[in-house]
Amino acid sequence: MSGNNERPIWVLQGNEACSVGAVAAGVNFFAGYPITPSSEVAEFMARHLPLIGGRFIQMEDEIASMAAIIGASLAGARSMTATSGPGFSLMQENLGLACLAEIPCVILNVQRAGPSTGLPTQPAQGDVMQTRWGTHGDHAIIALAPATVLECIELTACCVSLSEEFRTPVVLLLDEVIGHMRESVAIPAPGSYKVRSRPLPSDDEEDYQPFCCRCNDVPPMAHFGGPHRFHVTGLTHDERGFPTMVPAEVDKKIRGIVDKIELKADDLAMNEETMTDDCEVLLFAYGSSARVAKASVKDLRERGVKAGLLRVKTIWPFSGKRLKELAPQLRTIIVPEMNLGQLVTEVERAVAGVAPVRHLGRVDGHLFEPDQITDFVLEEIAS
Amino acid sequence: MSQAIERARTYLKPLKKLPTVWCGGCGLGVVMGSLTRVISGMGIEKNKMATISGIGCTGRLPTYIDTNSLHTTHGRALGFATGVKLANPELTVVTVMGDGDSVAIGGNHFIHACRRNIDITAIVVNNCIYGMTGGQYSPTTPHGKRGTTAPYGNVEYEFNIVSLAAGAGATFVARTTVYHVRELDKLIERAIRHRGFSVVEVVSNCYTSYGRLNKFSGPVDMFKWMKESAVTVKQASDMSPDELVGKLVRGIHVEKDQPEFIDVYDKLARDLTADSSTVNQKLRETIESYERLGDRLKARIG
Repeated sequence: MSGNNERPIWVLQGNEACSVGAVAAGVNFFAGYPITPSSEVAEFMARHLPLIGGRFIQMEDEIASMAAIIGASLAGARSMTATSGPGFSLMQENLGLACLAEIPCVILNVQRAGPSTGLPTQPAQGDVMQTRWGTHGDHAIIALAPATVLECIELTACCVSLSEEFRTPVVLLLDEVIGHMRESVAIPAPGSYKVRSRPLPSDDEEDYQPFCCRCNDVPPMAHFGGPHRFHVTGLTHDERGFPTMVPAEVDKKIRGIVDKIELKADDLAMNEETMTDDCEVLLFAYGSSARVAKASVKDLRERGVKAGLLRVKTIWPFSGKRLKELAPQLRTIIVPEMNLGQLVTEVERAVAGVAPVRHLGRVDGHLFEPDQITDFVLEEIAS
Repeated sequence: MSQAIERARTYLKPLKKLPTVWCGGCGLGVVMGSLTRVISGMGIEKNKMATISGIGCTGRLPTYIDTNSLHTTHGRALGFATGVKLANPELTVVTVMGDGDSVAIGGNHFIHACRRNIDITAIVVNNCIYGMTGGQYSPTTPHGKRGTTAPYGNVEYEFNIVSLAAGAGATFVARTTVYHVRELDKLIERAIRHRGFSVVEVVSNCYTSYGRLNKFSGPVDMFKWMKESAVTVKQASDMSPDELVGKLVRGIHVEKDQPEFIDVYDKLARDLTADSSTVNQKLRETIESYERLGDRLKARIG
């Protein structure tokens, strides 16, 4: 144990840390299906939820897991599931229902190398675009990506809070490295994170309309079993929740679920910057790749290259604000990702040609090494 | 009687949701009538019930019932229902699904809900066809009967939903038809009162698709078929397998006591937490294991 004034130091695995963060944020329902490399989350929740008044269930597949967390959320729980690539693919259909029906829930996706069964115990960042567009139709999504074990706690709690605040599913996009890595963590004091609750209608509100945004972007949400009963459907619906095909109502609904998130992209952006003040070469990265990129920045600086790192914690909605601000001072932007080019397309869109953008992809199931990034940067600036 | 009907009518949503999307003469109206009579008769508080469905003609039923209602994705009603029930066990949870919804795309969820014995009632409206999409054959279309995707007769053999549910471990399994309305009321009530997972298969008539493709001249013709081919469980017990071919065996097939999922889970949780020192001990053990690793790490790095 540490001294009285210090916080206790725990050594936690990323997946365990996510579970700690979830419980700290009030998650009291978990439904999941075993899959490497995320199963430790389900195991933690199975052990702890019955001790703290919550409930855990192992469903028959990921489709049912996603359905169950949505159902539980509708009945008032703070709910979560955890999975990896193949399971995340199976969740897409019901994820879309949660987007359209505006039901808060949290999905942990511990990314592994795909496609298909791929490399179950090896990391990748190949689900970035699936997270954004995996379910059909126009919608928005919030997705965060931690790079440290402490951030696994913080950002899981943040996911819970954002899902409640915005009445929407939120994805924590980690990868096998972050999920299975162990780090020492100074455990945050209880109450360190402000976790919001979903906007509630007043108990005596007459004529409650579950999808009516009065003065806010996010409509108040009652729960099944409470003072208001209501209808929820995966069909496009009006403000009362009933199916509609009236073009103006349909348009309003779809723009509503997109705008409530996309228009807040800059507010939701969470970044960490390393030596960006005077940088001429910007590394743009997230998750475990960003840890390596940080080491590379140090190497490059030692070699006299003015390198910096912009690490994004918020993947979706994508905010290009900081990139746009930095672009004029940059000779080049290098985007290392454990995929063949996913978030880089958003970077290109944001800088709009003001600085050249180069992608460094890796899809062999292994994390970058600092030298690989450093060498790539040196080659790029030499050419 | 009329009072009961008036009371049942108050369990339909007051908004301009009627008429239904269903064809005139469709058995789904009979099922909805029965369900509203039962829940109003039982005095179930509207706010304390959730009616949950998947996709298809049957999937539209919760839209009209004045309880909390959830119209989900195709085949997934039971997954959603499981979450709703676990988060608030006080709710009466009824799912209504069609045959394709429950035992084709939702077959996996169906058998596992049966096995788990969670206190949910599944009303399976079996019209032997995919009605909303225009008459494709389903897992319950009898062998040899026609669908738009079985234009020369169904090559496959059909599911017996009652046997499927019983085999998967459901603790209440019954079957009747939309012709046997009084029995339908009785069975739905018994199913809702049953503590555990209950299945009521209701054989219904999609005369628009199934009937048209299989030489039924209209809804009445299909009701006649139900009337003539239905035998009770008791009658069936004295019949040979040959005599039972093509018969609809109606009544209660399974009714047994078995601890319900949430009851067992909550008892476990109560036992674990009865002695607060046990809980603290378990939580302490976890925390200490993390701390031990921390201490070891600190020792190593000085």
